[in-house]
Amino acid sequence: MVVNPAHAGGSPARSGVTPPSAYVIAGLVLALTGVGLLWVGIYSRLRPTLGGIPFFYWYSMLWVIVNAALQAIAYRLITRRRPSMSAAASASVSGGASR
Amino acid sequence: MSTSLDGVALTVFIVLFAVVTGLGFYAARWRRRDLHSLDQWGLGGRSFGGWVTWFLLGGDLYTAYTFIAVPGAMYALGAVSGWFAVAYTILVWPIVFVLMPRLWSVAHRHGYATPADFVRGRFNSRGLALAVAFTGILALMPYIALQLVGIQSVLQVMGLGNGSSSFVKDLPLIIAFIILAAYTYTSGLRAPALIAFVKDGLIYIVILVAIIYIPIRLGGFGHIFAAVSAHAAVVNGKAAAAHKPPVFAVIPGPKTYWAYATLALGSAMALFMYPHAITGVLASKERETIRRNTAFLPLYSLALSLIALLGYMAIAAGIKTTNPRLAAPLLFRAMFPSWFAGVAYAAVAIGALVPAAIMSIAAANLFTRNIYREFFRRAATPTEEARVSKLVSLVVKFGALAFVLGMNTQNAINLQLLGGIWILQTFPAIAIGLFTRWMHRWALLVGWAAGMIYGTYTAYGVATPTVHHFAGSLAKIPGLGQTGYIALTALVLNLAVSVVLTIGLRLVARRTDGGPGPVGAADFTVDLGDPQVEPAIVP
Repeated sequence: MVVNPAHAGGSPARSGVTPPSAYVIAGLVLALTGVGLLWVGIYSRLRPTLGGIPFFYWYSMLWVIVNAALQAIAYRLITRRRPSMSAAASASVSGGASR
Repeated sequence: MSTSLDGVALTVFIVLFAVVTGLGFYAARWRRRDLHSLDQWGLGGRSFGGWVTWFLLGGDLYTAYTFIAVPGAMYALGAVSGWFAVAYTILVWPIVFVLMPRLWSVAHRHGYATPADFVRGRFNSRGLALAVAFTGILALMPYIALQLVGIQSVLQVMGLGNGSSSFVKDLPLIIAFIILAAYTYTSGLRAPALIAFVKDGLIYIVILVAIIYIPIRLGGFGHIFAAVSAHAAVVNGKAAAAHKPPVFAVIPGPKTYWAYATLALGSAMALFMYPHAITGVLASKERETIRRNTAFLPLYSLALSLIALLGYMAIAAGIKTTNPRLAAPLLFRAMFPSWFAGVAYAAVAIGALVPAAIMSIAAANLFTRNIYREFFRRAATPTEEARVSKLVSLVVKFGALAFVLGMNTQNAINLQLLGGIWILQTFPAIAIGLFTRWMHRWALLVGWAAGMIYGTYTAYGVATPTVHHFAGSLAKIPGLGQTGYIALTALVLNLAVSVVLTIGLRLVARRTDGGPGPVGAADFTVDLGDPQVEPAIVP
């Protein structure tokens, strides 16, 4: 496994690599969207309505926001040793190298 | 349906169309570099940052499919055939999040420009790469055709294309397409990337106005859904009287849960196997751009859900048409003043041009890299590659035009779903190939063939009273007794064949594959700034 020393050892804040377990947890977090939307039986209902919109429709739309939140969590899980999101681009090797 | 010419709307439409055409040609000079190489012409120099990538990837999602096919399906058939698109476009993003950064890394490390390039390197197999390239080009044809159907729909509602002879009827569409072909030829991927800004601006304005103004005029969402329920009762009552299954679903019933879920999952898995979606990914300048972008791209999914509801608004507004793909444009005409209807039509038409351009470029890249260079001209120079790609982009576009003028395009959503059946069969080689090369290249090839044949044959057999073949993309799943998306059933068959054959081949030959391919594990995680990853691959 090649880890670019210039990035991996650059600063204490981003030393070390993301553990494999973080990838597993991140994967499970992402999979929640699949469960929430593909298990149609749990939400194919008309009530309760929201502003006149049946449950089936507003529940689906709500998942846009829920999924975005889950992805943000997954992103943080696999890049948590980085100082900030904006520095992630220049330091991504340290996080990605464990795969 | 009245087909009188709407002068004000047409003028607004033509002005906006002219602005975009100017931009398309100007794009050749944007961030000017030598456009005589495939990386420059076909991937925009792999130089796009977060913003451009966001618009470009969004361009892959916001197509005529969004504005014409989805509301049309909602209008004609309701939740199962229409609303699944909302679930599909949400499910896409976690999949992109997992797969695409790896594809970006390996593509930049090895200079891959197409998904077939990757398969070639990963499995060391020209045959498998050819299969992937062929599938990509094949699947893009109906998708490009769908874009044309979208343009055709707005032209028709504006009162154009109603001439007596078929040539006069199709002339406006042909003119629009020649313009598109010309600026794609000169500017490459830069043209749709630049136009995407205008396009998305127009689309957001139209969505915002439509989603606030139309429900107010129709008495709110409660009233709209009440009208839809009443409509469903009438339509399904008629069907029951004729001893036919219900046509319209306000929400999926237990019998259609599988159909809904497989359509959503199959379409989501298919979208980023499309060469044009991968083009958008590879054109971004750094790996993290993609992953960070997937947090914001779901905004597109939210907008899509609002656009889908336009189909229901058309029902509530009393729009009557036997051609569902006209539902949204007719709604605009009924609800908006002429000038704003013109803006909305332009948004739809330009919204179809951008993806059509990206798609034809992607198909051209596939042909050039994986068929022309691989099998005919091993010594092709970058200049020659770019020249061939430009020509092929023209051929592909006119092929799609022939597709539209010659085929029944009533049920436009099927054009996209049909392509999905084919492209999903490349999932094992591309997506699973990003994580493991356990599967044998010959096993993958046979699995692919099995999926393609099963999928095409089954889709060919789907008929309705008016359309005899390729009338839909849902069929019984063998052994399950449920109806599901053919693409996913074919993929399961594909995977089963691939796995069984891989095990068999390993037992017989005691070899995993054709020797070590040039791709190593670390290649999947590199980013800009690492050794051997150039900011832009300069010829």
